[in-house]
Amino acid sequence: MRMLERKLVRDLARMKGQALSIGLVVACGVALFVASLSTYGSLRENRRAHDARTRFADVFASLKRAPEPLARRIAGLPGVATVETRIVQDVILDMEELPEPAVGRFVSIPAGRQPLLNRLHVRSGRLPEPGRSDEVLVNESFATWHGLGPGDSLVALLNGRRQRLRVVGVALSPEYIVALRPGSFLPDDAHFGVMWMEREALAAVFDMKGSFNDVVLALSSGASEPEVLRRLDALLAPYGGRGAYGRKEQPSYRYVEDELEELRVEATVLPVIFLAVAAFLLHIVVGRLVHTERTRIGTLKALGYGSVRVGLHYLEWMGVITLAGALVGIAVGVVLGRAWAGMYSIFFHFPETLYLLRPWIPLAAVGGSLLASMLGTLGAVQRVVRLAAAEAMQPPAPPVFRPSALERLLVGRLSSPQARMVVRSVARRPLRSALSALGVAAATAIILVGAFWSDAIGYLLEVQFSQVQREDVTVAFTEPVSERAERELRHLPGVTAVEGLRAVPVLVRAGGRSRRVELLGLPARSRLHPLWGSGPRPMELPPEGLMLSERLATLLGVRAGERVRVQVLEGAWREESMEVAGVVDEYVGLSAYMEVGALNRLMAEGPTLSAALLKVDPRHEAELYARLKDTPAVGVVTLKHAMLRVFDETFGQVLLVFSGLLTAFGAVIAFGVVYNGARILLAEKERELASLRVLGFTRREISARLLGELGLQVAVGIPVGLVLGYGLAAFSITVMGPETLRIPLIISPRTYALVAGAVMVSGALSALLVRRRLDRLDLVAVLKMRE
Amino acid sequence: MTAPKPGQAVLVARGLTKVYRTGEVEVHALRSVDLDLYSGEFIVLLGPSGSGKSTLLNILGGLDVPTRGDITYRDHDLARADERELTRYRREHVGFVFQFYNLIPSLTARENVALVTEIAEQPMRPEEALQLVGLGQRMEHFPSQLSGGEQQRVAIARAVAKRPDLLLCDEPTGALDYVTGKLVLDTLLRVNVELGTTTVVITHNAAIAGMADRVIRIADGRIVRIESNPHKLKPEELSW
Repeated sequence: MRMLERKLVRDLARMKGQALSIGLVVACGVALFVASLSTYGSLRENRRAHDARTRFADVFASLKRAPEPLARRIAGLPGVATVETRIVQDVILDMEELPEPAVGRFVSIPAGRQPLLNRLHVRSGRLPEPGRSDEVLVNESFATWHGLGPGDSLVALLNGRRQRLRVVGVALSPEYIVALRPGSFLPDDAHFGVMWMEREALAAVFDMKGSFNDVVLALSSGASEPEVLRRLDALLAPYGGRGAYGRKEQPSYRYVEDELEELRVEATVLPVIFLAVAAFLLHIVVGRLVHTERTRIGTLKALGYGSVRVGLHYLEWMGVITLAGALVGIAVGVVLGRAWAGMYSIFFHFPETLYLLRPWIPLAAVGGSLLASMLGTLGAVQRVVRLAAAEAMQPPAPPVFRPSALERLLVGRLSSPQARMVVRSVARRPLRSALSALGVAAATAIILVGAFWSDAIGYLLEVQFSQVQREDVTVAFTEPVSERAERELRHLPGVTAVEGLRAVPVLVRAGGRSRRVELLGLPARSRLHPLWGSGPRPMELPPEGLMLSERLATLLGVRAGERVRVQVLEGAWREESMEVAGVVDEYVGLSAYMEVGALNRLMAEGPTLSAALLKVDPRHEAELYARLKDTPAVGVVTLKHAMLRVFDETFGQVLLVFSGLLTAFGAVIAFGVVYNGARILLAEKERELASLRVLGFTRREISARLLGELGLQVAVGIPVGLVLGYGLAAFSITVMGPETLRIPLIISPRTYALVAGAVMVSGALSALLVRRRLDRLDLVAVLKMRE
Repeated sequence: MTAPKPGQAVLVARGLTKVYRTGEVEVHALRSVDLDLYSGEFIVLLGPSGSGKSTLLNILGGLDVPTRGDITYRDHDLARADERELTRYRREHVGFVFQFYNLIPSLTARENVALVTEIAEQPMRPEEALQLVGLGQRMEHFPSQLSGGEQQRVAIARAVAKRPDLLLCDEPTGALDYVTGKLVLDTLLRVNVELGTTTVVITHNAAIAGMADRVIRIADGRIVRIESNPHKLKPEELSW
């Protein structure tokens, strides 16, 4: 080993605490980068492979009913490679463990074989046998929740008749990687299951012999999807087509896509912040190192080492720390990534969740962190290169101290010499003091971004589920019904209030943007789903025009008073231009609202309902559920409390892990910043402090001198960090979170306090470590040392 | 590389001037100094502190460049050399010994010497250099485990290990006690005699002048007198 390398190794060993704390910050950034990017890559690859293997369809469409020969005409459309017609029907399931009804989506598969598109991955058991009308395959997540396997049975309300079905197998489908029930934005494995049944059997039950009500297509390569959608809609419109859509709008595909996008943002934004902090720490530490090594730099130059060699020596210093940190980060990142990808397999049902680490990810992590560190170190190294040898060996000119403006401001109040020393020391190098405070601020901000999510989500749940959605149960009918149904529902046991609504699939267009959404027809003043604007009272739906949820209005780029085009994707497919009468302040979902009468007029129908909101007396819940399980007209029942629980179980878990990680990483940064600051300060003030000790000051008193300056940095850094964190949180909710969710920027005072506390603890911990060094200060050696 | 013949001028300085600016103050450290150094000489530069002797030494050693004037080492123009050329000059021809030793604390005695032998062209082995200064037994010690005199002798070993043409010593005994100081001077003389190295010792201790071939007195940035010393004393005969 060359002597300079030997010096490097021993210097690093001597400054191991500092080296370690910087390395850890690098490691945090790299770990986050590797974990999120590798999870992202793994999930994407898993889905790609799964979609290819199972021939996931490109285009989806549902309709009321069409004769089978229409399939030949669909196949004849330019760009269509494969056509698969199906029968798809949502029905009520009566599960033994559940008092409330669940929803089963019945999907037909060809007799005795796999479908051409959306093939099933059979986990256990087999496909239904041809001719057996009571055999079903069940999707895995539902089967797991209910403990179902081949040989078990379940009860479904098939076209008004209770029927016991035999489970012959458990399967996965690319259409239901996340099993989303209609109208829900979250998977609910307890209350929503997918059942695959033989086509003939299902046709018999629903009176669909020789007909279909759902079709999926695969496109040939080079086909234009919008063109196919347009032609398919034209073909299906006479048969009650509800608008065809591509993969990107397929709910499960969309859900996974949103989640992946979030991961990608996490993988890029957060590590950059960490690496910036690491670069900043290195900047300070190496800068300080160069300062203390001045005479050694001069000596090396006197001995004939060139400036470049000496400069490289200090770059290597940074390189070793960064590289070590990056390697640890990669190892931790891989472990985290595996766990993370594993956690996603709770929500994403792939046949297997393979973990993939593409080689470019660790390489980019190493490269990126080295680059960041180099940028941080370069300034200091440049000073090394520029130092003339003779000048370097001279002790630096004594720093100029004068009573600062800050001190004059505080004059009279700073009676103690310690306080005066603290203030002068800060005032002499205001930039560095500011940078150190900024480091503390960065750590504070990162912890706050991790912690604020639970406040935001808590607030969102509170507003959405107790102020906006006041119903307990939503009942959707299998077919639109007359408004008389509302009265019948009111007579069911336990129902204290009923509000009928009409839901119609529509395409809302504004300029070049468009979205498929449910247009909900509500009473002008809905009591169970009030529409909140910015005012203190709910808004009233006007007799004309529609209202959009804030999220939808933003996506379409429209404001109240502007006009949108609304095309109904049902019945006669009428299209109208409408005024946006108002924007509804909602956090969940992309929704559009109209007065129900106006919607009925748009649909050219009499007073018609497709669903109803119920308020239920909890004492009669069980009775009500039992009745609903036996009501043929009811297709889907949604329970608010079940939705809330699912929200907690899915989002809650992910958020907990996410904010836990950020908090831990933020604490590492806070520790790194404060500890390094303390060590540097100690090195600078060693003589001063030792002199004070010689003069008779106690350890406690000199600690106050040193820790006072640190405390000042932390005290300034925390409030700045809280403001910074607020901004970072505002930024992160614009780039993260699914499209259908608007995360409110809500941070409770308690969270602010907790974050400030965490940073203070982290700071106190590093101060304690430095205090121990201070207690061991060798007075004589320090004073004998040449400055 | 041919060794310069004894008595030949190896370093020639004419009109050396150095002005430092610190803040608003201009300090004239050297005012038009003329000087020749001959091969194999042992020179003592005497002067009170602040007289400019360290500045002169730094310029002779290529650690600094003059503000005005000329200085050549054989065919090297040191006044107009750039950083790279000065580094090469120091690496190939000059050895330094400082008052405060300037050893690298994280390297052992042997490693400190090796620091130089690694980049020199025809160095002695570090062990050889350390034996020359009488520290053959303490090679694996770190600076913090050595006494001041020992540290200075390591510094001398480090300076001579590359077989420099010029050995420049800035107050080599300044931080040492009487006995140790003499030991160090003895070591310097041995190097001068055995290796034929041109040696310049800066000091404000007039007694040391007794062991020099020539004594140069400097005050207020000017050379006030140059004396030849026909009766050289051995270090042990000096007293102060």
